[in-house]
Amino acid sequence: MSTVKELQKVTIHFAGDSGDGIQLAGSQFTNTTALAGNDLSTFPDFPAEIRAPIGTVAGVSGFQIHFGSVEIDTPGGRPDVLVAMNAAAYRKNIPNLKSGGVVIANTAGFDKRNLRLAGYDDEENPLDNKPEELQFYEVDITKLNREALKDLKMSPREKDRSRNMFALGFVYFLYSRSLENTLQFFQDKFKSKPEVLEANIRSLKAGYNYGDTIEALQRYRVEKARLPKGEYRNITGNQALALGLIAAAQKAQLDLFYAGYPITPASDILHELARHKNFGVKTFQAEDEIAAITAAIGSAFAGGLAVTATSGPGMALKTEGLGLVLMLELPLVVVNVQRGGPSTGLPTKTEQSDLFQALYGRNGEAPVPVIAASSPADCFNAALEAAKMAIEHMTPVILLSDGYLANGSEPWAFPKSEALPEISAPVMQAADENYLPYARNHAGVRQWALPGTPGLEHRVGGLEKEDRTGNVSYDPDNHQKMVELRAAKVSAVAQNYTPTTLEQGEPEGDVLVVGWGNTKGAIKVAVSQARAAGLAVGQLHLRNLHPLPSDLEIYLKGYRRVLVPELNNGQLVHVLRSQFLVDAQGFDKIKGQPFLAEEILTKIKELMPHE
Amino acid sequence: MSSAENSYTAKDFSSDQEVKWCPGCGDYSILKQMQTVVPTLGIKKEDLVFISGIGCSSRFPYYMNTYGMHSIHGRAPAVATGLKLTNPNLSVWVITGDGDGLSIGGNHLIHLLRRNVDLNVLLFNNEIYGLTKGQYSPTSEFGKYTKSSPLGSLDHPFNPLALALGADATFVARTLDRDPQHLRHILEQSHQHQGSSFVEVYQNCNVFNDGTFEAFTDKKQRPYTTLDLKEGEPLIFAKGEKGIRLNGLKPEVVELSEGFSPNDLWVHDSSDATKAYILSRFFDESLPRPLGILYQEKRFTYDEALQNQMDKAHEILGAPDLDQLLRGKNSWTVA
Repeated sequence: MSTVKELQKVTIHFAGDSGDGIQLAGSQFTNTTALAGNDLSTFPDFPAEIRAPIGTVAGVSGFQIHFGSVEIDTPGGRPDVLVAMNAAAYRKNIPNLKSGGVVIANTAGFDKRNLRLAGYDDEENPLDNKPEELQFYEVDITKLNREALKDLKMSPREKDRSRNMFALGFVYFLYSRSLENTLQFFQDKFKSKPEVLEANIRSLKAGYNYGDTIEALQRYRVEKARLPKGEYRNITGNQALALGLIAAAQKAQLDLFYAGYPITPASDILHELARHKNFGVKTFQAEDEIAAITAAIGSAFAGGLAVTATSGPGMALKTEGLGLVLMLELPLVVVNVQRGGPSTGLPTKTEQSDLFQALYGRNGEAPVPVIAASSPADCFNAALEAAKMAIEHMTPVILLSDGYLANGSEPWAFPKSEALPEISAPVMQAADENYLPYARNHAGVRQWALPGTPGLEHRVGGLEKEDRTGNVSYDPDNHQKMVELRAAKVSAVAQNYTPTTLEQGEPEGDVLVVGWGNTKGAIKVAVSQARAAGLAVGQLHLRNLHPLPSDLEIYLKGYRRVLVPELNNGQLVHVLRSQFLVDAQGFDKIKGQPFLAEEILTKIKELMPHE
Repeated sequence: MSSAENSYTAKDFSSDQEVKWCPGCGDYSILKQMQTVVPTLGIKKEDLVFISGIGCSSRFPYYMNTYGMHSIHGRAPAVATGLKLTNPNLSVWVITGDGDGLSIGGNHLIHLLRRNVDLNVLLFNNEIYGLTKGQYSPTSEFGKYTKSSPLGSLDHPFNPLALALGADATFVARTLDRDPQHLRHILEQSHQHQGSSFVEVYQNCNVFNDGTFEAFTDKKQRPYTTLDLKEGEPLIFAKGEKGIRLNGLKPEVVELSEGFSPNDLWVHDSSDATKAYILSRFFDESLPRPLGILYQEKRFTYDEALQNQMDKAHEILGAPDLDQLLRGKNSWTVA
């Protein structure tokens, strides 16, 4: 009989060929786990190729989930469990597995061919020489799965397509999960393909029952997390970002116009928005990145909530458009879901290396507010804030996400619509004899006069504007004045920030860890562990990267050392050093992978004063 | 635009900005004809929007007392698309040139035309880069001597109308800056057309490329060098002396005094895409240059198709409910 052991948190890594359905198995496990009430965080990690070379380490697709009955802030460091569908998946991930961890290996994926493709010598099957500190379940998943489907009229190849569900079923058994949610998912997804539906149902159940059959199996249970009260759903960063944009449009009573060109890892924002046209969302798949931003600018001129999203290379192409829209002083949200760069770089890997591009990447004096999301669910708030700022301050706003946030997921205590902030668009309703296109209010914001409104006809353009009238002007003093007015308008955005607070720690101490974007969870874990060990460490996480909050300096100067972990070669640290003359120290990781909490903790300890 | 008050005059559309094209530039004529035509089109002034890119022609919106945007180089078709999709009630005019529309912005132009967004594109073709002071453009003739091609340009020129037809444009026409009446007529027709209208305007740059269209605009030569396309009428030119007939798919110039009658000639049918393409290839000295509407087709416009989708989505998915959207399908409660 199997026994059931209680665990607080577990990290499982599913790995296989990029055609093995690993992402599907991972996302099903995630949804079931979310519905079971655990806190969780996920990290899909896959090759850029749709069908990367079969059986090779380069072609391995992975999906990691960290879940627990306690608060979960990262997708986990070293996994407790590795599901390896073939030798390559094993070879790539085995070094990361925790000591004492569990390996579920599909032995059919360790035949001679797979061993050779994975780079093992013909004679050497790693399953013949297993590390003793690990626990192994060697299962011929391929054979057992074909057996379960033997009377279905399908080729062996077609039958093998559902073996990911056999593996999932087995993991469901190990972690005492209900099959219900995944069975329901099959009913919806395969309703027009009864044969495939039947195969998937049988595979999932066969995997589960297999666990029930083999003896002396250790099972686990992870109780519900004690999350704050409320209603939750599981959500990815790109989904949350799309919903944030729709919510902003509803709150501003504007129609959302989204123009985009397909690019990894931003495309899912377009896919999500295209499904919600009943909210007045118009999506436009443009011919290129430049057309996407300029079509969005056309929409902004007409009075739409205009948005375009892309990733690094596309951002480079949008640069000139950004300059135009900041000259026009129209609202526009430009989302950069960052990936590894430069150039085409690492399309499916994560990085934070486009911060300088967001802050400085335009010709002329061209300040633009920059906002960064810090977790998958936080993409909702970040998008809402970016849109509110763009509309109320009549400015382009750059919103930084990244591949890790975009594809990762977590439970989200979604808000009620009435609790969302109101957004007030400075639209001129009627003709005014004294209307001047570039007259400003106290915050330096001009008014939005929409084509179709009688009496407000005016021309805008990229040539320097005369103050107030907006006419073309080459006057030297006017140019300096306009540069200063535009900069002052962007600076004024900071007046609406909520006061800066520390995530953890006291106003003064030894090491302050300052982060932005996706590093928040890993830093949180590292700092809380350091604090539990009695170290005087604090955590400060930045939402607004331009303009920086004016109350930031107090915290930077309250600590003896400032540590800035970033997934780049030291960008925010450069900004902090130049703007605040503080001896901040960078900690850079540029491997296309997120930080592990332990890496940051080690660095914190290095910086602690030795007394 | 049914019966907007038509009490406008050309003066109402003239902005307070001083026009700064070179004296004698063909753009003055186009501006004047536009200001003359728009009061007659039944469009409310506030519903007119001119969108341009960069170049001499692209200063045009500053001189029209309407809504307008002088955008960035080559991107006006994309800007105009976003504008029109957001507010389909507007009458949108893209003003571009041969460099702006066919070189840096060539991609946006062809995609606008294939999508058939309901707006008008006026391409002022002067076969030269004027604002940057005289480099060869994508419509300059092969071998042209300019500052950037002192030994002659090596570029084969674009044929703008063939390009527009290749992109499945639904309205393709050519007119001249020096023929106000013809120009006004084509502007009217362009406005009437539902979908993307592409109008090439031969425009003289008297500073950097003076006289490049002289053969077509000079009163003495024009009857012999051009062909005025009239719907349903045979292709006759040279003051009635010559006509064009089709020998299979090959156009031939025939002398009407030498035994050919108008019945033998090609009759203009602007709904015939094959013939329109042949007409667009009247591009060397052996055949007269066609002026007027080469092609016109009724096809659904992108903006109306989008609106249909929006309506359909509303019908199927129901009225928007933000709370339901945020909740999604699989939520749970932590008590």
